[in-house]
Amino acid sequence: MTLAVQFTNVSRAFGEVRAVDQVSIDIHDGEFFSMLGPSGSGKTTCLRLIAGFEQPSAGSIRIHGEEAAGLPPYQRDVNTVFQDYALFPHMNVRDNVAYGLKVKGVAKAERYTRAEEALAMVALGGYGQRKPVQLSGGQRQRVALARALVNRPRVLLLDEPLGALDLKLREQMQGELKKLQRQLGITFIFVTHDQTEALSMSDRVAVFNRGRIEQVDTPRNLYMKPATTFVAEFVGTSNVLRGELAQQLNGSQLPFSIRPEHIRLGDQPAASNEIQVSGLLHDIQYQGSATRYELQLDNGQLLSISQANNQWQEHTVPWQPGQRLQARWAREAMTALQEIVPDEGR
Amino acid sequence: MSLTVEKAAPAPMRRFSNLLYRRPNLYLALLLIPPLIWFGAIYLGSLLSLLWQGFYTFDDFTMAVTPELTLANFAALFNPSNFDIILRTLGMAIAVSIASATLAFPIAYYMARYTSGKTKAFFYIAVMMPMWASYIVKAYAWTLLLAKGGVAQWFVQQLNLGPVLQFILGIPGVGGSTLSTSHLGRFLVFVYIWLPFMILPIQASLERLPPSLLQASADLGARPWQTFTQVILPLSVPGIAAGSIFTFSLTLGDFIVPQLVGPPGYFIGSMVYAQQGAIGNMPMAAAFTLVPIVLIAVYLSIVKRLGAFDAL
Repeated sequence: MTLAVQFTNVSRAFGEVRAVDQVSIDIHDGEFFSMLGPSGSGKTTCLRLIAGFEQPSAGSIRIHGEEAAGLPPYQRDVNTVFQDYALFPHMNVRDNVAYGLKVKGVAKAERYTRAEEALAMVALGGYGQRKPVQLSGGQRQRVALARALVNRPRVLLLDEPLGALDLKLREQMQGELKKLQRQLGITFIFVTHDQTEALSMSDRVAVFNRGRIEQVDTPRNLYMKPATTFVAEFVGTSNVLRGELAQQLNGSQLPFSIRPEHIRLGDQPAASNEIQVSGLLHDIQYQGSATRYELQLDNGQLLSISQANNQWQEHTVPWQPGQRLQARWAREAMTALQEIVPDEGR
Repeated sequence: MSLTVEKAAPAPMRRFSNLLYRRPNLYLALLLIPPLIWFGAIYLGSLLSLLWQGFYTFDDFTMAVTPELTLANFAALFNPSNFDIILRTLGMAIAVSIASATLAFPIAYYMARYTSGKTKAFFYIAVMMPMWASYIVKAYAWTLLLAKGGVAQWFVQQLNLGPVLQFILGIPGVGGSTLSTSHLGRFLVFVYIWLPFMILPIQASLERLPPSLLQASADLGARPWQTFTQVILPLSVPGIAAGSIFTFSLTLGDFIVPQLVGPPGYFIGSMVYAQQGAIGNMPMAAAFTLVPIVLIAVYLSIVKRLGAFDAL
């Protein structure tokens, strides 16, 4: 499989701060690849390194096999959809979309035809004469997408493009982006801090923390087999049990994670492959499709438990806060985690 | 159990502020009427009454102004000698505006894009400090700088550029006998004095330019000069237009620099000054006053036609 983008030991320092620290990634051609992480984790800097807005302090970045370090943005075969869309306010929609073709010297007739095609692709046919200020957020987003795609890049970079949209529009755009990516077959590199978004759209996800990658994996593996405590807690919700409690339950001091929906509450005796704990019911949150319980174990640790409300007649809660309850889960549902402690002096 | 609230009668101030809250238009009117009266009566009113005097008749023999309405003063603007003054001033205003914009843009660009914190404050002060000094002092200082044996000529001599200066001073319409009595000298002084008025609006317009627009342009394949001509320049045109309105109108109205530096001959400003002061021909002075107003109106409509304000 050919590589669209390859990072080898890439670092980017801003003064003392290493925004990106010894990152190596292989992004395959035609892949929907997400970079997920909290703000300041280095994911956006990685995207800007690919686009050419930043240059690496160390390491090598290859785009389709070609060394990119030192190349200015205008000599790279990648295009970016910016977080704030960055539409040119003095041009109408058509000129915005045709801009990349114009600066490359494509004749007017052809670039307008291609711009109209690109606009039609994002369902904005006929909006060419409007100015960006006359469009809604979602429409501007589509124009930004059309403006990037009209250049037929081999790699499309998306910097939290859905961040400014409301939830419904966001979910709709997620589906459309995924469809567009399949249809065009080009590599999408998508930066987001929203784990649901990353999981639902991507072929693979890289989880960033403090300038480093903690795990690169498929969404399913990321959720089912998180490698580190950070990934377990950042992707979805997880109970991370450490130290003595881990020793007692799992026979090892290593931290492990158990997902709230894999724990069951109730008085039935535990099966042979199950682990059972008891605690006081601390809190109950009704969430519609599920109910979340917090169980306080004897050592004080809170265990989050989610029970699906998948029976239409069972939306009542049989327990009261303060009640002692048993909880149990299958031994196989636990995932051993690595704990990455930040280096001293960073 | 019922909750009762004692309703005391509100104090007069409270009643008044409640009234204003309920009637936002009254509130707005109270805020705006005083400045509008000032603007309307003192500013526009006096300007219009001045222009109205342009229709009065001036008797050349008795030197008396009579309120008999005539268009003679406005027609006199097109006399060759008067029209010459208008053209000379207009030419200078255009040259000064272009030169100021050319000089100001790189400084403004550097200020907006590459400075922050203390460096930016330093640049603001450096740009504005000349404006703290009296305008007349600066104009007189320039007469000395440009005079024969002055600093400017000393520099030219040190650099062995004497013949070049002589050649430039020999060009009709630009030169004169010395720098301080040449059109070139007058032009230099105007550019110096009005430059801050050009830098600050351009800097403000560049400051508003989001960096992501420049990155988007480069990302889409534009080389730096394409980004400059396609994105930076069009979006800074409102700033350039605002700055050039300053330099243009200030040059059109100035009456001191033309008297101190440069060859003899009136500018619009010094003509108004002479007509009104020395000659007492108020109607002609009023007629001349109309010229810069008309020129700036024409200039603004051209700038607007060119789309300078579309990005606002």
